[in-house]
Amino acid sequence: MASDAHHENQSIWSKYVFSTDHKVIGMQYMFTGLFMGLLGAFLVYVFRMQLAFPGQPVPGYGLVSPGEYNALVTNHGTIMIFWLAMPLLIAAFGNFLIPLMIGADDMVFPRINRLSYQIFLLSALVLIASFFVPGGAFGGAWTAYPPLSAQSKYSLTPLGSVFWLVAVALEFVAFLLGGINFIVTLMNARTKGMKMFDIPIVLWMIVLASIIFMASVGPLIAGAVMLLFDQLFGVGFFDPTKGGDPVLWQHLFWFFGHPEVYVVLLPAMGIVAEVISVFSRKKLFGYKTIVGTAIGTGILSFFVWAHHQFVAGIDPRMANVFTITTVLISIPIAEMMFVYIATLYGGSIRLTTPMLFALGFLAEFLIGGVTGLFLGASGADIYFHDSYFVVAHFHYTFVPIGIIATFAGIYFWFPKMFGRMMNETLGKVHFWGTILGFNGIFIPLFILGTSGQHRRIYSYENFPELATQGMQNLRVFATMSLILMLVSQIPFAWNFFYSMFKGEKAPKNPWNSNTLEWTAESPPPHGNWSEFPTVYRSPYEYSVPGRAKDFWPQNEPT
Amino acid sequence: MEMFIERASSFAGDIDRLILVVAIIGGAWLLLAEAVLFFLIFRFSEKRNPKAQYLSGESHEESKWVHWPHYVVIVCDLIIIGFAVQAWYKVKQDLPRAQDTVKVVAQQWAWTFVHSGPDGKLDTEDDITTVDELHLRVNTTYHFKLESQDVLHSFSINVFRLKQDAVPGRTITGWFEPTKVGEFDIQCAEMCGIGHGLMPAKLFVHSAKDYMAWMNGDLTAQVQNQDDSQGLTKLKVSSR
Repeated sequence: MASDAHHENQSIWSKYVFSTDHKVIGMQYMFTGLFMGLLGAFLVYVFRMQLAFPGQPVPGYGLVSPGEYNALVTNHGTIMIFWLAMPLLIAAFGNFLIPLMIGADDMVFPRINRLSYQIFLLSALVLIASFFVPGGAFGGAWTAYPPLSAQSKYSLTPLGSVFWLVAVALEFVAFLLGGINFIVTLMNARTKGMKMFDIPIVLWMIVLASIIFMASVGPLIAGAVMLLFDQLFGVGFFDPTKGGDPVLWQHLFWFFGHPEVYVVLLPAMGIVAEVISVFSRKKLFGYKTIVGTAIGTGILSFFVWAHHQFVAGIDPRMANVFTITTVLISIPIAEMMFVYIATLYGGSIRLTTPMLFALGFLAEFLIGGVTGLFLGASGADIYFHDSYFVVAHFHYTFVPIGIIATFAGIYFWFPKMFGRMMNETLGKVHFWGTILGFNGIFIPLFILGTSGQHRRIYSYENFPELATQGMQNLRVFATMSLILMLVSQIPFAWNFFYSMFKGEKAPKNPWNSNTLEWTAESPPPHGNWSEFPTVYRSPYEYSVPGRAKDFWPQNEPT
Repeated sequence: MEMFIERASSFAGDIDRLILVVAIIGGAWLLLAEAVLFFLIFRFSEKRNPKAQYLSGESHEESKWVHWPHYVVIVCDLIIIGFAVQAWYKVKQDLPRAQDTVKVVAQQWAWTFVHSGPDGKLDTEDDITTVDELHLRVNTTYHFKLESQDVLHSFSINVFRLKQDAVPGRTITGWFEPTKVGEFDIQCAEMCGIGHGLMPAKLFVHSAKDYMAWMNGDLTAQVQNQDDSQGLTKLKVSSR
C-alpha cells in the first residue's frame, strides 16, 4: 500500500497533479479523455463539412486540402479509440471504481498508477504535437498500413508518421501499466467477505478487458517497433523490395485490433449492467452467464482478426475459417444482449438519465451487432469492405460503447465523484439530442455504403456513380445530424461543470444501490472509508421478497 | 441490392443473394429484439409495475427464455456461413478458365491496364496499354493480374461486386465476367496517400462488335471526346 496514504493537508500540487490517489488519477484520465474527445469531435466536424460542401471553407477551420482531409480522418479514428474510449471506459472508471467497489483504500500499486497517467498524458501531447510538425499530421488511416505508413516518400509526412506511431506506442505502455494494477488489485485487495461472484459485473468486465488487452497488444508493440525501424532507418520489415511483407503488419495490427473492440465493449457492457439493474430494481438475469459469455467472447476475439483482411491478399481458403469464427462470435454476444433484455422483465423501470443512456446503448448496439454479420460473411464483405457500410457499422458499435455507455456511467457515478447531483432535465435534452443526431448521421451512411461509396475520399466529384444529387443530399443530412449531435453536448458540458460546484448536494446513496462505493461519503475522502466494509451478499439483491426496502446493500449484515 | 447499385458481373447475383439472406435473418432478429426491448421498457415501467419481481435467471425454468432464442441464433449463423462460403468460393477461390486476361497495375495515383490485344495473349507486341480506363468484352471470362508499384491499393468495381487489394511485390490473380454493356466506375478502395480520392478509373464494357472496333482504333476518338472533361489520357503503345 502507498506509504503516503491518509496524508492530511496536502498541497494542491500533490493533491491534484502528482497524486497517487486512485480517484484523482481516475479524474485525470476522465478530463484528459473528455478533452481529447472534444478534439476528435472538432476533427469530424471539419471533415464532414468538407464532405457536405466540398471545396468550401469550413467555418472555424478554412479550406480542407486532400492531405489535411486524410490527416483529419486518421486522427479522428485514432483519438476516439485510443484517447477517448480507452481512457474513459477502462482507465477513468477502472481507477475510480475498482477500489471503491471492492472495499479497498487504493490501488495495489499507486505509483505505477500515477506513472501510467503521466505516460498517457505524454502520449496525448505527442499526438497533438504531430499536427504542428513540418509536413503535417499522419494521414495513412488509423490502421497505418505500410508501405504508406513506413516510407515518407509515399506518405509525404516524414515526421507526422513517426509522431503518430510513438504516441500510440506510449499509449499502449500507459494501459499496460494500468492493466497490471487493475488485475492485481481486483485479485488481492478485495475486502472481507467478497468472493469472486460477489464482484460487481463492471469490475469483471474492466479486468477481463485489461487481460484481453495485455494478451493481444504484444504482437502490435513488436509491429510498432518494426514499423518505427522502417520509418527511421529504412530497415524494410514491411518493404517487399527488401524482402519484407506489407501484409505482415496487417496480421500484427488486427491480432490486437479486433480484441481491442472487446477491450472497450466489455467495460461498456459492465456499466450498462450496473445501471439497468439499479434502475429496474431487479437482480441481474444470470450473473454467471454474463461472466461466462464475457470470457467466451474474449477468447473467441483472438481468432477472428483476419476478417479485416478478406480481400487483402491472404490465402482465400483462410477466409472461410475466419468467417466461421467471426459469425460464431455472435453467439456469446447475442446471449449477453438477451440476458440484459431479460433483466428488464418484471422490473420496475425508472427512466432516469443514466438509465436512458443504458437502454440507448442496448437499442443502438443491437444495430451495430447485426450489421456486423454482413461484414463477417466473407462473400458479402467483398462488396462492403472499405465502404461507408463499414463506417456506419463500427460507429454503431463504438458510439454506443465510447459515447452512450460512457455517458450512462458519468451520469450514474457523478454524485459519487463530485458529491453533487446532475440536472435531470438537461440530462434528458442531452440524451435525445445525442441519440437523434447519432442515428441521423449513420443511417444515411449505411445507404451510401450500400450504394458503393468508398471510405476516406475527400470529394466524390470524380466518381460519376457516387456524385449524384441524391447521394449528396444524404451526405448533407448526415453532416447536419452531426451538428445536432455536437450542439447537444452543450447542455451536458453546462450540466457537468455547473453541477460540480452548484448542483444539489448528493447523499451517500442517491440511487438506493447495493454496491460498496455507495457506502462511502460523496465524494469519498482519501482512503475511502475510516473502517473497511464487510461484504455479506451478491451486489444485485434488489426487490428481495419479504423485505420492506427494495434494495439490500452488500455490506448490510443479514 | 439492385435498388442501390446495378449488377454487371456473373457473380454479382451470388453476393447479392447472400446480402439478402443476411438482411432477412439479421433484420428479423433486430426487429424482434428491439420490439421486445421497447415492450419491456413500456410494460415494466415504474408506473405500471411499482414492485419488481425477484428473478435470478440461474434456474433452468428461467434461463430457457434466453437459451431457446439462442439455439435459433446458432441455426441462423450456420445458414449465413453456408451462403457466405458459397459466394466466397465462387468469387475468390474458384478460378474458371480464362478466355482473356488483363493486367492491372496500381500506383500513386493512377491505374494502368494492359489489354491482351487482337491475339488474346499478354506480353506480346500487340498489347494495348491504357491509363485510367479499362475496356472489356461482355460475356467473356477474364482473369486479372493485379500488381502495385508502391503502396497498397484496392481494385474495386462496384457493379461487379468485386474488390481486391493490390500488394506491392505480389501479382494477385482473380477473375470476373462482365454481363452488362455500359460505362462504370472503378475505385481505389484502400487508403493510398494524398491522391487517394483522385484515383477513379473508367470501365467500358463493350459488345463483341464494339470491342473489336475499339481494338482497331475506331472508338479512340469517340472515347477521348467523352473523357476530355475528366482529363483522362489514352496511351496507345501498340505497334500495329
